[in-house]
Amino acid sequence: MENDEILRLTGITKSFPGVSALTDVDFTLKQGEIHGLMGENGAGKSTLIKVLTGVYKRDAGKIEYRGVPIDVHSPLHAQVLGISTVYQEVNLVPNLSVAENLFLGRQPIRMGRIAWKPINDRAAEILARFDLDIDVRENLGHYTVAIQQLVAIARALELNARVLILDEPTSSLNIEEVDKLFQQMRRLRSEGQAIIFITHFVDQVFQISDRITVLRNGRYIGTYQTEDITKVDLISKLLGREYEKLSELAVSRIRREEAAEQDAFIRTEALGRRGSIKPFSIRIRKGEVVGCAGLLGSGRTELANVLFGIEAADSGKTYLGGRDVRIANPRKAMRWGIGLGPEDRKEQGIVQGLTVRENIILALQVRKGWFKNLSYREQKEIADHYIEILDIKTPSAEQLMRNLSGGNQQKVIIARWLASNPQFLILDEPTRGIDVGAKTEIQKLVVELSKRNMAVLFISSEIEEIARCSSEVLVLHGHEVVETLYGTDINDQRIMNAIAERHAEGNEVG
Amino acid sequence: MRRATRLDNGTKTAPAAESRPARSRSLNPIVWPLLALAVILLFNLIFTHGFFSITVKGGHLFGSLIDILKRAAPTMIIALGMTLVIATGGIDISVGSVAAIAGSMAALMVRGANIAYLEETAYATTPLLPVFAFALLAAAACGLFNGTLVSFVGIQPIVATLILMITGRGVAVLITGGYVLNFNHPRFEYVGIGYLFGLPFPFIMAAGVFVVLFLLTRLIPLGLFIQATGGNSVASFYSGLNTRVVKLLVYLISGLCAGVAGIIMTSDVKAADANYMGLWLELDAILAVVIGGTAMTGGRYSLWGTIIGALIIQSLTTTILTRGVQVQYTLIVKAVVVIFVILIQSERTRDLLQRTRRKIPASG
Amino acid sequence: MSSTTQIDTGAAKQKSSGRLSGLKKRIPILSPALVFILIFGIGGLLYRNFFSLQVLLNQFTDNAFLGIAAVGMTFVIISGGIDLSVGAVISTSAMIIAVIDGAGAGPLLGIPVALAFGAALGFFMGCVIHFFKAHPFIVTLSGMFLARGLGYVLSWQSVPIENEFYAQASQIGIPMGGILKLSVPAIMFIAVVIIGIYIQRTTKYGRNVYAIGGSEQSAFLMGLPIVRTKIMIYTISGLLSGLGGVVLTFYTLQGYGNAAFGLELEAIASVVIGGTLLSGGVGSVLGTLIGVLILGLIQTFIAFQGTLNVYWTKIFIGMMLFVFILLQKAFMLSAGQKQK
Repeated sequence: MENDEILRLTGITKSFPGVSALTDVDFTLKQGEIHGLMGENGAGKSTLIKVLTGVYKRDAGKIEYRGVPIDVHSPLHAQVLGISTVYQEVNLVPNLSVAENLFLGRQPIRMGRIAWKPINDRAAEILARFDLDIDVRENLGHYTVAIQQLVAIARALELNARVLILDEPTSSLNIEEVDKLFQQMRRLRSEGQAIIFITHFVDQVFQISDRITVLRNGRYIGTYQTEDITKVDLISKLLGREYEKLSELAVSRIRREEAAEQDAFIRTEALGRRGSIKPFSIRIRKGEVVGCAGLLGSGRTELANVLFGIEAADSGKTYLGGRDVRIANPRKAMRWGIGLGPEDRKEQGIVQGLTVRENIILALQVRKGWFKNLSYREQKEIADHYIEILDIKTPSAEQLMRNLSGGNQQKVIIARWLASNPQFLILDEPTRGIDVGAKTEIQKLVVELSKRNMAVLFISSEIEEIARCSSEVLVLHGHEVVETLYGTDINDQRIMNAIAERHAEGNEVG
Repeated sequence: MRRATRLDNGTKTAPAAESRPARSRSLNPIVWPLLALAVILLFNLIFTHGFFSITVKGGHLFGSLIDILKRAAPTMIIALGMTLVIATGGIDISVGSVAAIAGSMAALMVRGANIAYLEETAYATTPLLPVFAFALLAAAACGLFNGTLVSFVGIQPIVATLILMITGRGVAVLITGGYVLNFNHPRFEYVGIGYLFGLPFPFIMAAGVFVVLFLLTRLIPLGLFIQATGGNSVASFYSGLNTRVVKLLVYLISGLCAGVAGIIMTSDVKAADANYMGLWLELDAILAVVIGGTAMTGGRYSLWGTIIGALIIQSLTTTILTRGVQVQYTLIVKAVVVIFVILIQSERTRDLLQRTRRKIPASG
Repeated sequence: MSSTTQIDTGAAKQKSSGRLSGLKKRIPILSPALVFILIFGIGGLLYRNFFSLQVLLNQFTDNAFLGIAAVGMTFVIISGGIDLSVGAVISTSAMIIAVIDGAGAGPLLGIPVALAFGAALGFFMGCVIHFFKAHPFIVTLSGMFLARGLGYVLSWQSVPIENEFYAQASQIGIPMGGILKLSVPAIMFIAVVIIGIYIQRTTKYGRNVYAIGGSEQSAFLMGLPIVRTKIMIYTISGLLSGLGGVVLTFYTLQGYGNAAFGLELEAIASVVIGGTLLSGGVGSVLGTLIGVLILGLIQTFIAFQGTLNVYWTKIFIGMMLFVFILLQKAFMLSAGQKQK
């Protein structure tokens, strides 16, 4: 271990039932360094940090801290050791004052009472170093996330953090706030602090970090000196191919000239929602798979949500089969024959306590309404049908959802929507967090659906999946559809370039 | 319709990595409460002489068992409605007060809306339809009030129903003018003390409520919607479900059940004492639901379980009484049982947690 | 780049609006205070002798046992929990004292045992709630059954208290001019409130309660002693309920199994009206004091009115609770506070 190295992780491996989250991952951190840790969703960066901070126990590998091999038992233990994390959700207490949050648990006591004045004074001093001139007696919750984050960082440092981990700190910040944060980070670096900066924003990592480590699908891809790598290179490392090339699926590439507006099943005209997605005009035909590519935070999910009515659009129009419709909520979307497989399977998709059967027929039953009940027999038939054709691995339709693996859960969600016979299906990251075999199956399914004349919007972080399945690709960046690719333009390289070019152009915002 | 693409076209992956080892199907959760009930009954079979004896008098069945069925009825009915509320992740602590309101309203209507003192027998002929109608209407209004607060105003269920719990009793007393409204109306009293098919009418009512709710939640997808809403209301919303309406409905049902119970209780004692009617009944009801296996966090529920839970609570009470143990011990025994149930239910939850939790053992 | 660049999130605005937001911060306590003054004032206008020191002092005396228990309840609710056993513990503590008195032993034994009972039950409930991750509602509900049942077991009938001490305690007091005096229960009530405010504002324990109520997960990650604090909260609530029972004996001079029925509801109502959020994290003992006084005033108001039946109390309290809860909801929405 070199002299200024403060942390060295070697061969970290961690798996959960059905999925291996980390395989043989290395990571080092030096004092006086800002080290960016990058990877798309499911890449393993949060798992790595959780292993480092004692939330998870690693299956294999070694952690050396300040030259000594250690085991971290719990988040508290990590803090005591000097490894502090500031999470996106800012784990402070919003209903107490800023000053109090800084000193919670270690308030100075004079004559049996908490000495508030010294606390407030000292808090102001500490925050002044962060160029924060705020009323420290005010509740933390009154301030913006940007300020709360700085307070959290200040607290971590007061607790003698040697390693400061910032987990996606810029996701809720605007440009000025990001600048301010970076300013502080540079100051800390110059004071010798070691910082791990977890982010998905390519531009930011180039702005602030000294080295960048990339993970993909749980594997260690590499560590690079920031000044030695280009953005395009980095993006290709983030999104590059992982498993062997599967044979080209026979996807009919629609040539631009052939596009005829009347054929569009769903068409939007400057449909947008302030704060979520800039107005977009797209056109998806029956029997077509439109891929949606872009890095994390580019607005893909927002686009899907607006199409499906999770978030109502505040500008523009939607046309379905030529008719002007307003899709204000999922119920309406369903009635128009649209379905959405959400991004967060666990929180938004599956009802864990119910059976596979019940999960599958849920949307269909909602669509049929209160008075057309599906009998148990009908439900079973439908469930069994989809279990078979989607090859969902479960002992029976009566198995509880929570007992299925991620890939199979995803299939159940897809089955749910297929059962309601949609004409347009939106799949948001359907292959995330599931293993290779299941990923393949789902991609094939997507193409198969289009062959059956369904319109599909396929969102994925894996460029090659999109390239493989789509006949048209929307490229998103900064909550905006920036480019549309057709025909021969649909390949990994071209898509990646499209994304990278945008990064070269402008600043990213949260 | 078999699709041409059977999706695993020869690229099968190692199954071990694919699926979680399927947990051996855990025992049907209703086994535990059934067992508990069986234990209680067994205890009585052995130690209480004549517990199981049933005699027939004048076409009616009598005996300790029958007694249990009758006394458990109001709790059972309220608990059935409560089950659905808890299944959506909510709770309704106002049911006791709502029962008092309904009961008071019924008594008032039997007396021809007359609080002033009159000869009891003067009421014997009041038409019953308005009696039931007003009582149930009042109960329904309470249920809608709760439901609106929870669904549309977005107030936490325990807070929302606390309001009616406190106010409701005052309203009930208001209805009776502070008096204990008694009456003598043979047809109405039938509800509380009559028999049908040899069984006490209250129990028949309870069975009736059970059947109604059972059918209501099966013949229309209400049961599925309730479980989905309670299980994951976000996912339900994404599936197009109007979870607000679902929640509104369950509180309405709960209110109506409380109304029915109130009518039974009033009819049973031929009077409405608004201060005490249904006091703490909500607690017994919640206990019955929890003992019956429905979790307070919502999702899966079991109407059967609730019935058994109510029977357990009542048979405990009756056992204690027939054993000659003084009434005062009833509460303590109830408390011990509840604590026991809590521990068991949470032991299971902890087991579950341990299986999925990543262990962080201490190391040297 | 200038090192004194302010964060452009209106930090300057934050400072200058500090005074205004300070006022906004006080709303949870100003509104009940306002209501109190309103009721007191209106009552004073309508009825002779309402707006008087006598009435005010009576509030403290008559509601002492409720108030003392409500202080304990405040901490429980701030931490995000609830305690339904309060009424039962008050009643049974009084019963314990009566029984011990009947056995010939005096207050030196009776009072400590009563307090120990409350604390022990609270401790037990706190442990079950924390270690078994059980819902406080159910656990304290069974605590209520347990306590109430114990009371009945001790004696089904009411038990008179003979010992002079108790009778004396209800008579003596600090003279406040004329025939008025600040009775012992009132003094104890005020003392508990003062101690409660002290704990809430100036002790680590008090602040930890707020932290747990705000976000238990954050509190845990910040290294606060969650286990100790949570169990202490219920223990103290039980202890104070026990104390409430002691105070109850001072004016009822008996132990009665059915005493304090439904008191936990009044305690909860006082706490909520006093500005404490039932979801936790926000609240104050001072607010609870005002809440208790408001409840007492309503009752007195109705007594003065004469014609309205007593049940109107419940209706008024319920309506007030309703209004306050709606206000809380509106306040939360506008302040955009993050709740758990």
